[in-house]
Amino acid sequence: MIMSKKERLVAAIESGTVIDHIPAEKTFQVVNLLQLQKLSTPVTIGFNFSSKMVGTKGIIKVSDKFFTDDEISRLSVVAPNVVLNIINNYEVVEKKKVVTPDELRSIVKCNNPKCITNNEPMDTIFHIVDKEHGILKCHYCDKEQEMDKVELV
Amino acid sequence: MEKHNFVNIQGLERDQLLYLIEMAQEFEKHPNRELLKGKVIATLFYEPSTRTRLSFETAANRLGARVIGFTDAKVSSVSKGETLKDTILMVSNYADAIVMRHYIEGAAQYASEVAPVPIINAGDGAHQHPSQCLLDLYTIYQTQGTLENLNIYLVGDLKYGRTVHSLLMAMRHFNPTFHFIAPKELAMPEEYKVYCHEHNIRFEEHEDFTPEVIANADIIYMTRVQKERFSDLMEYERVKNVYILRRDMLALARTNMKILHPLPRVNEIAYDVDDSPHAYYIEQARNGLFAREAIFCHCLGISMEEVKNDKTILE
Repeated sequence: MIMSKKERLVAAIESGTVIDHIPAEKTFQVVNLLQLQKLSTPVTIGFNFSSKMVGTKGIIKVSDKFFTDDEISRLSVVAPNVVLNIINNYEVVEKKKVVTPDELRSIVKCNNPKCITNNEPMDTIFHIVDKEHGILKCHYCDKEQEMDKVELV
Repeated sequence: MEKHNFVNIQGLERDQLLYLIEMAQEFEKHPNRELLKGKVIATLFYEPSTRTRLSFETAANRLGARVIGFTDAKVSSVSKGETLKDTILMVSNYADAIVMRHYIEGAAQYASEVAPVPIINAGDGAHQHPSQCLLDLYTIYQTQGTLENLNIYLVGDLKYGRTVHSLLMAMRHFNPTFHFIAPKELAMPEEYKVYCHEHNIRFEEHEDFTPEVIANADIIYMTRVQKERFSDLMEYERVKNVYILRRDMLALARTNMKILHPLPRVNEIAYDVDDSPHAYYIEQARNGLFAREAIFCHCLGISMEEVKNDKTILE
């Protein structure tokens, strides 16, 4: 019952996507990765709500917007455990989880300063070589890096 | 025939490596030809590497191609701030293939993605030096008659030495047993040991470098222990003379054993080893010519058939 009261702090949406269980400090990285600042539909961003799963959490409600699997997979770097609730007529009709992709393009930076991607205006490409431990490998310099330690582009 | 890039060694399959070795054998029989007559090869050296450049340019010249390029980034437009992409696209207008040496890692891979002509990696920083690896494989094949089931001892700097890492990965197809002989500070990095486990490559590690340890070697691959690689100079002083190969250490060696070194050497192989029948590093460097002639033909779409039935051979 307490949860439902808190939920009401953020207005319900008729149709769209509710992104839940975002670690609070990652909320704005999620906004950036999904390019929500460029949307023209209503977006509600809340954070520092208490959460049993992640301590404090962020929650984002986006009206009339449904993300592609490709867009959702971008979140695997910062918030792999978020849940996306697909809302239709105020009801949750589907719950989507982040699926770690095989490849990340132009999402993270290579942490090798001598890598070509840090010395030329170009896209980065990483192959995910170990999904369980979150190990990325740079397509260009082959340096491996841990997913939770990378910087976003 | 399809054109190819030659950017890394671990992307080549067993058949492709053996194909290139077979082609290099043809060039060893007849190095002087006009197979590339009318072609222009560019050699873009963003950092100086005289030995590698001379070897590539000799290979191009001995096949009848003409060579353009620069030997140092200071004299090119890079110093004016031109991107690699622009330089590569510009040179692609002039040349049929580009040999590129760069201090930045992954530069050759990127160049191969933007260039309409084949890119040959002549070394990209600490990352890859695949033509060196091919000539190493060729030399091993030439001296042992096979690449299969060999005992290969890697000695010296196994941490930063890209040639030993490339050799390790390329040999995965041939059931080798590796022995890593290095000081603790320069030991084989964990990621390559993981690579060995993943590809069922057997290896043993040693800190001692003695006649007994190397008695079973088919190949001893020496590398230079460089002072600037050490964080602890006391450690350097302790080990600097440990990883030196001297003639008296070869007493127990197998008769087929050959000593290789990517060169230049400083003092890690004593000069009295040079006259030993085991010494092979000078011949190894010569093989670079044949390996690079094979790389040019592979990249420019010249088939084994054409190489074997070549009517342009100059005697």
